[in-house]
Order: sequence, then structure tokens, then C-alpha cells
Amino acid sequence: MALAFDEYGRPFIILKEQERKSRLRGLDAQKANIAAGRAVARILRTSLGPKGMDKMLQSPDGDVIITNDGATILEQMDVDNQIAKLMVELSRSQDYEIGDGTTGVVVMAGSLLEQAEKLLERGIHPLRVAEGYEVASRIAFDHLEKISQKFEFGPDNIEPLVQTCMTTLSSKIVNRCKRALAEIAVKAVLAVADLERKDVNLDLIKVEGKVGGKLEDTELIYGIVVDKDMSHPQMPKRIEDANIAILTCPFEPPKPKTKHKVDIDTVEKFQTLREQERKYFDDMVQKCKDVGATLVICQWGFDDEANHLLMHRNLPAVRWVGGVELELIAIATGGRIVPRFQELSPEKLGRAGIVREKSFGTTKDRMLYIEQCANSRAVTIFIRGGNKMMIEETKRSLHDALCVARNLIRNNSIVYGGGSAEISCSVAVEAAADRHPGVEQYAIRSFAEALDAIPLALAENSGLPPIDTLTAVKAQQIKENNPFCGIDCNDVGTNDMKEQNVFETLIGKQQQILLATQVVKIILKIDDVISPSEY
Amino acid sequence: MPVERLLKDDATEEKGERARMASFVGAMAIADLVKTTLGPKGMDKILQSTGRGRNITVTNDGATILKSLHIDNPAAKVLVDISKVQDDEVGDGTTSVVVLAGELLREAEKLVSMKIHPMTIIAGYRMAVECARDALLRKAMDNKQDSEKFRSDLMNIAMTTLSSKILSQDKEYFAKLAVDAVLRLKGSTNLEAIQILKKPGGSLGDSFLDEGFILDKKIGIGQPKRIENANILVANTAMDTDKVKIYGARVRVDSMSKVAEIEAAEKQKMREKVQKIIAHGINCFINRQLIYNFPEELFADAGILAIEHADFEGIERLALVTGGEIASTFDNPESVKLGHCKLIEEIMIGEDKLIKFSGVEMGQACTIVLRGASAHVLDEAERSLHDALCVLTQTVADSRVLLGGGWPEMLMAKEVDELARKTPGKRSHAIDAFSRALQAIPTIIADNAGLDSAELVSQLRAEHHKEGSNAGIDVITGGVGDMQKLGISESFKVKQAVLLSATEAAEMILRVDEIITCAPRRREDRM
Repeated sequence: MALAFDEYGRPFIILKEQERKSRLRGLDAQKANIAAGRAVARILRTSLGPKGMDKMLQSPDGDVIITNDGATILEQMDVDNQIAKLMVELSRSQDYEIGDGTTGVVVMAGSLLEQAEKLLERGIHPLRVAEGYEVASRIAFDHLEKISQKFEFGPDNIEPLVQTCMTTLSSKIVNRCKRALAEIAVKAVLAVADLERKDVNLDLIKVEGKVGGKLEDTELIYGIVVDKDMSHPQMPKRIEDANIAILTCPFEPPKPKTKHKVDIDTVEKFQTLREQERKYFDDMVQKCKDVGATLVICQWGFDDEANHLLMHRNLPAVRWVGGVELELIAIATGGRIVPRFQELSPEKLGRAGIVREKSFGTTKDRMLYIEQCANSRAVTIFIRGGNKMMIEETKRSLHDALCVARNLIRNNSIVYGGGSAEISCSVAVEAAADRHPGVEQYAIRSFAEALDAIPLALAENSGLPPIDTLTAVKAQQIKENNPFCGIDCNDVGTNDMKEQNVFETLIGKQQQILLATQVVKIILKIDDVISPSEY
Repeated sequence: MPVERLLKDDATEEKGERARMASFVGAMAIADLVKTTLGPKGMDKILQSTGRGRNITVTNDGATILKSLHIDNPAAKVLVDISKVQDDEVGDGTTSVVVLAGELLREAEKLVSMKIHPMTIIAGYRMAVECARDALLRKAMDNKQDSEKFRSDLMNIAMTTLSSKILSQDKEYFAKLAVDAVLRLKGSTNLEAIQILKKPGGSLGDSFLDEGFILDKKIGIGQPKRIENANILVANTAMDTDKVKIYGARVRVDSMSKVAEIEAAEKQKMREKVQKIIAHGINCFINRQLIYNFPEELFADAGILAIEHADFEGIERLALVTGGEIASTFDNPESVKLGHCKLIEEIMIGEDKLIKFSGVEMGQACTIVLRGASAHVLDEAERSLHDALCVLTQTVADSRVLLGGGWPEMLMAKEVDELARKTPGKRSHAIDAFSRALQAIPTIIADNAGLDSAELVSQLRAEHHKEGSNAGIDVITGGVGDMQKLGISESFKVKQAVLLSATEAAEMILRVDEIITCAPRRREDRM
């Protein structure tokens, strides 16, 4: 521990309770940090690529999650180490920003750290390494731009989009029916996309899952599916041309916010109050009826009496619909969310062609389908699958696919997958390194080597001899001057990714390189770790 | 440099081979646990709950057994989950699905130890499952048009399902009960309309199907015990004290006399409510909630049969059978739909009095009364009957039928074998393994029946190499028999669900190469 002495030679304390803290500094600190970062990357390394394996995670409550998604694995892992937490953050930010490539980014960062360690051992100052990495990442970034291709798609030509989504899905357990799921994802995104502004609001896509059935039964519904049923068992199960009143007020007597008491002290008051209460219910139902609603969707519950009145007046109703779902319904049906009965008016009602209740399996699970809405800009992807874990994993995979499709609509540049982009960048960075004066040259060269980690991992996971394959592909890229050669993970026979139709988005790849470099730079800059030791 | 602490303190991490081993062992242990319950000669299990009372359950139903287990192994949890889903989705085959998944993993373990990569195994399994499903699809029979034949199909399916359960002694009788009940539903899959009442006493053979509806309630004192041509109002309303629902209302009085006045007003209110109900022109009133003495007395005075506190399903079922609506307000008597039935009477089953509604308007619902020596027997009988009913409703929805007794497995195994022979590469090992896993099911059925499984299964296999064979294991005679003649059938939908979800689960477990167990959440000690 650090000890300082004053002018009389007495020691004084710099850190509070320093004897209870452990401290690592200098090269040791950097090495410990690098080791932690690499340990995280090592866990994810085997999940990369179409032949990547899954991880089984048991949460503190005993629930089991089986997943292949880097961000989810790290999130659930219950990491304690600070540097490992940085890696978790890294994967999360890739998830927020791009939605896909969460495994790749961590593997990339891990390999950058590995290379940095070697440089540090040779006595190169960490900051010089960081700077070299920065330069190299710029080169790689620009190079990606150069080898990227634009592709055209439109509402009639969704094939390229489907292909890209299929690349994303092929590494997941759902790859059995990746074609169908990719099409669903693309159609869903196109349905809600704003092609003028080139933006997609993914909130408009609801992903709902129900166990049972098989994965092939997963469907895209142009409308909303709500996990609710009609409030009264005898209400009609199917309503055509529904006018929907969307309410956020309960079918109950009003509850003023201010505290109040109604004192009953005479019989008359008791009776008037009773009368009034009955009128409340009547009025509420009448108001809905007056504006021409044929279905009431309510955020709150209602009383038995109100329930029966609604049923009696032939006004089907759904209760306890969540806020988010309510909003989606409002968007889909073009209705307005009405907070008070007084404000109901015919133009605030939403419209839907068909509202129906559907039951599943042998239990009395029912769901409400709202279809053929006035505004089809909200869709639902309804996932079926053999068990709960499968559905959860499908949800995550579809989320990735949706993000990819959205990114393509935002920016239709693509690079080719299968490690081809990384190999090509590695070649370009390597070439640039020689022209760079100064110590950074070593760092840039190391960066090029680090880029090889992804194709290496891909080859390894696919059961190919990693080094042989990588060197062969690299040589081929340089010889044929074809940046589209990658690792042939699926044993198709060609390693030209253009022919295999393996695409990834340009921004996804660029983001991976930038984020990974940034995190590595942060980790390299730390030279002192002070942590409270165990008590 | 080793990283000393990446994960939180109590978290554990298993990697590669060890992880795979842990999940294989866990999954196979679960499969072996339920294995012995498979087939007509399968044994039952006793489960003792850890809760208060140490209740015990005796059962043969895979889903029930697995649900009651506390399992720590994550892979085993996957199997429990598929069994539960199978139960929710098709109702039967809950044991088969776990056993098949277990066998698939057992075969996979052998392959992994032969250094075949899990992904290759998965690829092989996928090809095999497609092929097996096609084989099933081709061989499935559909007798939907021929109602006579369809009925006998249903009977066969019900008998096959029941034969592995406690009801096997009276399976024909119960199969008939179940088929009758399901056919009354007329295609709806809503099992709620079939009520199962359990009354201890008598023997299982005394169970019966009642076409009307039986409500497990007593008739109030002083009220008519028998009503003909009843008009029934089904209600869900408070008949104790009808509270004022306006928020913040409370009674505040300054003298005793006022209390009395208000009490009187309250009584008056109740009286008015009862008057309104009576004004519907009914002679039977059924309420979901309690009916207090005062209104009950009023009803008795008016000669109306009032039944209180029927549970919610009971009410819904009643509304369904009598055709009335569930009412909560009583202001417009003319537009409320009343329920009708020919006769309401009190009947005795054993020592209990029950209310029977016969001659109901809609014939959709019915009641099955189960009799039996003890509560455990009854519980198990109910579960068995539930399985049979589920399978039957599913078959009504999807009328394709297969033969039973290991016939579909052998059929699939044969097709899969052929596929293996045609497939080049390492995948063919996995396809082969799939076929072996399929054959394990008839093997287990034979083993459980105490037969020479190796001999029987090889005979079966030879038999199946002839075109259009109907051979399966005849557990009763202990040989290979013609399943068509023996009338052993299974629903296509159940078999398909077993096949698909077992493979899906096996695939999921195979794909795992690392298990990370988080530290269990600490329960805060409540001081």
C-alpha cells in the first residue's frame, strides 16, 4: 500500500482505511484487467457463428435460460469483476445501438486485449498501444466503407432483406425454420417502416409468445394480439367491424384524488347515495353505447355489476389491458385513448375489421386477436414453440433479426459475413501498418492480427482447422483481390460469401470495431485498481 | 494470469465436456425416473409433498410426477417443461415425450464420446425427425367422414390411453363415458363443460355419466326439494350486505335510533333487490356469492330455490347448460335471459346430497361422477380421465389416427433407418441413433410388462419390413400382435407433438456447451 511520510518521517494515510483495501498497480493492474476481459470473451467465443453453441444459464431464482445471444448471456451471468462488467456494458451498448453482433463485439475486444498484452510485455507504453489501435480502427472503418455494397430493395423486392435476416438467424437455435422467421421479421419491419424517413419504430412490433404447437406455426398478424379474454364468459367471441372504445378509466364510481369522506347519517342520504351509484353505472355504459362503440377495451377492471350491464347491453368488453398494449391497440385501430367517459365521442373510437377470441390447447388459455385494423402500422409476431425456453430464445433471435432489418432500412449498405469483412480489414490494416512511422506501427499490426480472431473462432466452432482455413482464405483474398472470401461454416463448398448470400449490415460491423476499440482503450488506460478487500 | 473472481461468489460455471455431461446425466435421470410408468403395465409412483400435511399422491401421469419434483439440474428442468407443455397442449403423452427426449440424449452421449460434434448430431436429428414425421403423415388414417368408424376410433384411442392408468380394469366402461362426454361437446375443445365430480365410496365401476348437470351443493332449508320446469336465474351478485361502492362513503350517526333506521334501510334495500330478482318470474336462483340468511328466508317465502356459493366454473358451466346469462343487475327483468331445465331435484350419491339439473336446454355439458374406494384412487382416476378427455377432444379437432403399441415408433424407426443408409457423412450416425432412440420406446413398454424386450423388438422389426404391417406389442399375450385387430389406437396429434417437442428439447440441451449457475438468491430471514 502506498505510504507517504511527512517532514518528520511520520507516515500518514492517503486512502481511507487503506489496510482494508487491496490494490494493484502498474503492469500488474493492466495484466489483471486484460485477463478478466479475455475470460469473458472466452466464454462467448464458442457461441459465435452458425455452428456456435448455446449457454445454459440458471438465474438466482432457478429459472433456466438457454441462449446464444451474447448480450443475454452476459446480462444473466452475474458478473462481479469490474472489467468484466465493462465487457458486459460493451455488449449491451452494441445491443442497444445495433441489436445484433453482440457476441462478435466481445470476441473482438477480447482478442484486442490479448494482442495488447503481448505488446505490453515488450515494453510498449499502454497509451501508445491505445493510440495505435485508434489509428488502426479508423483504417478498418474506412476500409469497411470501401468494400461495402449497396443493395436495392423495395416493398416488392424483399429478398435481399430476407437473406440478411437469415444470416443473423442462422446462428440461433431457430435456424431450422430461419427462412420463415426471416420473412416474418422483414414483413413486420416493412409493415411499420416509414420508408420516407428511413426509420422504423420497433415498438410498433409486438412479439408475443405462447408455449405449445411448433415453431413452424409462428405467424405474423397484421393487428394486435392481447393475452386477455372477454370480461364476461357469455360475451360474443367474435366481433366484426368493431368500433372500439379505448378507456383508461375504470367502470367504477369516480374516485377523486383529494381525500374525502361521504358521511351517511340519515336514511335519505343512504338511499340517494344508492340511487346515485346505480346511475353511475348506467350512465357509463350508456355513454359508451351512445357513441356507437361495439367493443370496450379498458385499462382497469370493473365491477360485477358493470360487467353484467355491459353484457346485458350487448357491449363486449376486455378488462385489465396493460398500458403498452393499450397504446398499440390505439395506434393500430386509429382510436384515441380516452381518459374520461365524458370525453367519449364517435371520432375517438378505433376501428378493426375483426376481433376474435382464440383458445389454445387443453387449458383455458385464450387470446384476443384484433385484426384488419384501420391503420395496419402495428403488427404482432406470434411465436409458438415446444417449451418456454424455446419461445424466449426465439423472441431474442427475432429481436436481432428485426434490428438487422431496421438497420438496413436506415442504411442499405452491407458487407459480407462469414469473417470475410474482418479478413479483408486485417489485410488492409496490415498493409497500412508498414507505412506508419513510430511505435504505433506495432499496435496497428497487432490490431490486424486481432481482427483475425473472428474468422478463427468461426472456423474453430465449425470444426474446421482454424489456422489452415484462415491462411488459405487470406491468401485467396489477396490473390484474387476479392474481399468476399470468408469461412465456409456450413460446408457449402464455396467460400465466396457473395455466392452464399451471407450478409451483415455495414453499420453493425463498423460499430463493432469502434465499440471494441473504445473499450479496449479504456481498459488499457487503467493502471491502478483499488478495491475494498473482503471483510 | 488466472482470473480469480469473474463471477459472483456462489456462482458456478461448467464448461465443455463437463457441462454436456451434467446435462446428459440430469436429463437421463429424469427420463429413467418416469420410464417405468410407460405402457399398459407401467407402475405408479407415490409422491409425498413437503408441504404441510405431507399429502401423498399416487399417480402414473408423467406430467404430474415431474411437476411435483424439485429439480436443480437445469437440463432436467427443460424436460419437465416439455412434459408440462405436452400436458397443456394435448393432454397425453407426457411420459413418452420425456422418455423419448431422454433416449435421444442417451444416444447423443454415445456419439459425443465417439468424438462427433453436437452440431453434426443435431443436423442428423433434424433430418431424421422430418423423415419420421413424413412417415407418420403418410400412415395416418382419417375416418372423419364415416361417423360409425370415427366413433370406434375414438373408443380405441380412449381405451388405449386408459389402459396404462388405474382405470384399466374398467377401461371399456370409462372409454365409453369419455367418448360420450366428448361427443356431446360437438367439436368444441372446451373441457370445462365436462364436469368431473369425485365422491368417495362405491367402486370405480359405479361411476356414471349424467346427461344433466350436477352441482355439489345443498338446497336451502325450507325450500322446495324438487322443481319441475324450472326457470333459473344465474347470478353473480352480493347477497350478503350490498355495500355502497362510492369511494370514501361511511356511515356516521349520532344516535342509536339512527343506526336502527339505517339498518332498516339496508334491509329494505336487500328486500327490494330480492323483490326484483323474484320479479324475473323464476323459481330457482343460483348465486356465485354467499346468500345470507335474510335474503334466503325471503326466497324461501316466495317458494324459490336459492343456491349459494357455487364456484365460478360451476356458475359458468351452469350458465352454459341452462342457456341463461350470468346476471349482476336486476333492473330490467324482461331482457335478462333465464336458464331453463325440466327438473331440478336433490339426489343422493353415497351419503352426500347433490342437486341435479336434468333436461337442460343445451346438451353440451355433462357431468361424470367418479366413485372409488379412496381419495387417492379418485384423484388418479380423475387425472386419467382428464388425459383421455384431452386426447379425445384433440382427436375430434384433428381426426387423424395411428395405431398404438409401439407401432408408430417402429414405423418411424424403419423409415429413419432407410434414410440413414442413404445419407453420406457423419450425420448418418446421428440418424441411426435417432432410430435406436425410437425403438427404445417399444423396448421399454415390453420391459415394463416383464416381457423379453430384445426378442420382441427384433421380431417387430422383422415384421415391419413387410409392407403395410400392423404389428405392435401385444402386452396381454406377450407377443407381437396385429394392432388393427386389437383395436389399439393413438391420436396422430399426440404422437406428432411427442416427436417434435422431444427432438426440440434434445436439440436444445445438445447445443449447450456451458452452464453458468448464478448464486441462488438469498432469502431474507424474517426475524
